[in-house]
Amino acid sequence: MSGNSWGRVGRLGYLAYCSAVFLFLTAPILVIVPLSFNVEPYFTFTEGMLSLDPQAYSLRWYRTVAEDPEWLRALANSLVIGFAATALATALGTLAALGLANPAMPGRSLAMSLLISPMVTPVIISAAGMFFFYSDLGLAQTYPGLILAHTALGTPFVVITVTATLSGFDPNLTRAAASLGAGPVRTFRRVQLPLIAPGVISGALFAFATSFDEVVTVLFIGGLDQRTIPRQMWSGIREQISPAILAVATLLIAFALLLMLVVEWLRRRGSAKPN
Amino acid sequence: MRPALLVLPLAAFILVTFVAPLAVMLGRSLYDPLVADALPETLRLLRQWDGERTPSEPVFETMAGELLKARRERTLGRIATRVNRVQAGLRSALLKSVRKLRSAPRPDSWREAMIAVDPKWAEARTWHAIRRAGERFTLRHYLHALDLDQAPGGGIVRQPPDLRIYLPLLQRTLAVSLGITLLCLLLGYPIAYLIANAPPRRANLLLLLVLVPFWTSLLVRTTSWIVLLQTQGVINDLLAAVGLIAEDQRISMIYNMTGTVVAMTHVLLPFMVLPLYSVMRTIPPLYMSAAASLGASFLQAFRRVYWPQTLPGVAAGSLLVFILAIGYFITPALVGGQSGQLISNMVAYHMQQSLNWGLAAALGGVLLGGVFLLYLVFNRLVGVDRMRLG
Repeated sequence: MSGNSWGRVGRLGYLAYCSAVFLFLTAPILVIVPLSFNVEPYFTFTEGMLSLDPQAYSLRWYRTVAEDPEWLRALANSLVIGFAATALATALGTLAALGLANPAMPGRSLAMSLLISPMVTPVIISAAGMFFFYSDLGLAQTYPGLILAHTALGTPFVVITVTATLSGFDPNLTRAAASLGAGPVRTFRRVQLPLIAPGVISGALFAFATSFDEVVTVLFIGGLDQRTIPRQMWSGIREQISPAILAVATLLIAFALLLMLVVEWLRRRGSAKPN
Repeated sequence: MRPALLVLPLAAFILVTFVAPLAVMLGRSLYDPLVADALPETLRLLRQWDGERTPSEPVFETMAGELLKARRERTLGRIATRVNRVQAGLRSALLKSVRKLRSAPRPDSWREAMIAVDPKWAEARTWHAIRRAGERFTLRHYLHALDLDQAPGGGIVRQPPDLRIYLPLLQRTLAVSLGITLLCLLLGYPIAYLIANAPPRRANLLLLLVLVPFWTSLLVRTTSWIVLLQTQGVINDLLAAVGLIAEDQRISMIYNMTGTVVAMTHVLLPFMVLPLYSVMRTIPPLYMSAAASLGASFLQAFRRVYWPQTLPGVAAGSLLVFILAIGYFITPALVGGQSGQLISNMVAYHMQQSLNWGLAAALGGVLLGGVFLLYLVFNRLVGVDRMRLG
């Protein structure tokens, strides 16, 4: 931080480097969003787009997607599987996090390792195992099969976020509630839940995002009827990329940004509250 | 006992929906009853065989009977495929023999008849292969996954160099993962430092830029890298437009290893930045100033004062990125082309195309073992319960 010219050059170089990294991080979004409005079926910027000619932009690929029964069916599938898996994952994960946060919990770190394992295991291995096991049980190519699979993959996120919220939670509050005559259910509903709500909601959003973006288990244990949006994109990318994919991608980006902002807002609210 | 009751439902759920499938998969890699169930008598007779000369007539007669029965039960094709995986060429020998024997009248000697159809039946190594394919519990899938083979004498030998596929792929996966981890560190460390030392409002904004790729769908990001990197893509267009490359010299940056590395680095970078940032945030900037005021140059102060304090973050981020990288499947499958495939893609290939499930399970077992060891290290160094998201 000395004022000499080397220090200044170094600092400028450092900032330029950081800007380049941020550009790298955001480049895919910066490119795909404008290209999805391309009037031509190309994947690159046309002269008209670069000169900001309104004629070069259109909503045609969005119309294509909105009128395509396959994409609409995929959306419905993604929502059904996503909501069901999120509900299950949130309920099971929150319950488990409440247990894990209790200092009296035996074998805490072992239990945590088990519950987090679906997140660290390579999905290809989970999906291969599920293919064998779920086929034997007759759950392959069914909605319940996919919902169970996505629930398993989503619960670690709920456990982690809720446990994090609970680490700032004063256990005396539950004791106070109990001493004032509240039963365990009432204590949970009136004391714990409002305090951990931001963590629960964040966890649920993480779980939903996981299911909504999951393609490997769908490839292995989903049938033709259970094609989800990522599965549809997968075949789109593998076979022939149509600009309609860019329109879907843009919609997914908008959705992801929304989820991200909600989670960030909750996180800041959650971390500002305790203490 | 109450907290354990709260954890129990999820623990049971994970055991049934997640751990049991993994156990079944590992079981498949070690247990293969198909041939043993189809040729029980043949295998029993082969146990008394001396292992050198062509087996005697009863072995041939029993096997012919059991093969014809398997054909009626429609398992013959699968049996032939299994035996063929132990020794290439036996599939056609088996199918051809059964076809001939079925249409011909009952021969005086099954031994002569089968050798007449295919002379392979006279060779001892054919029968060794049948015996090995008939092992109910077997390590042969793991040997195969590690490019090893069992010699007829019982010893374990390496495959000839031109048949070694999986160890080189495993090495490539480890090397690529290591490269990506270093790349993420090189790109992530400076920006984590920038964010950790920025005023709160700007830090929040920059953090959002890191989180954007974290939240954006993996398939969206992959699509986007195709659009950016393909030969008629945005980057090549740009380079050609400013005259850095000629129209006919467009660079192939995708459907090869470059595509895999670029796209995976992009996907995994947030997993490096976030742990680094959370450690750097706790290091007071005063330490660096103190070092500077004591006469250390920036580099000295960084190396001796700052870097050592960030090591927990470096370890957490690097391990996380490395663990995620070695199991990566989607990105290499979509943008890796031929040269950019990793071990996971081979698991998928044997699951879905060659249908060699035993080998797929064994490859999965090897990968799972590696990840498990790294997970233990991660748990020891960082602690899963200290993991934070976002």
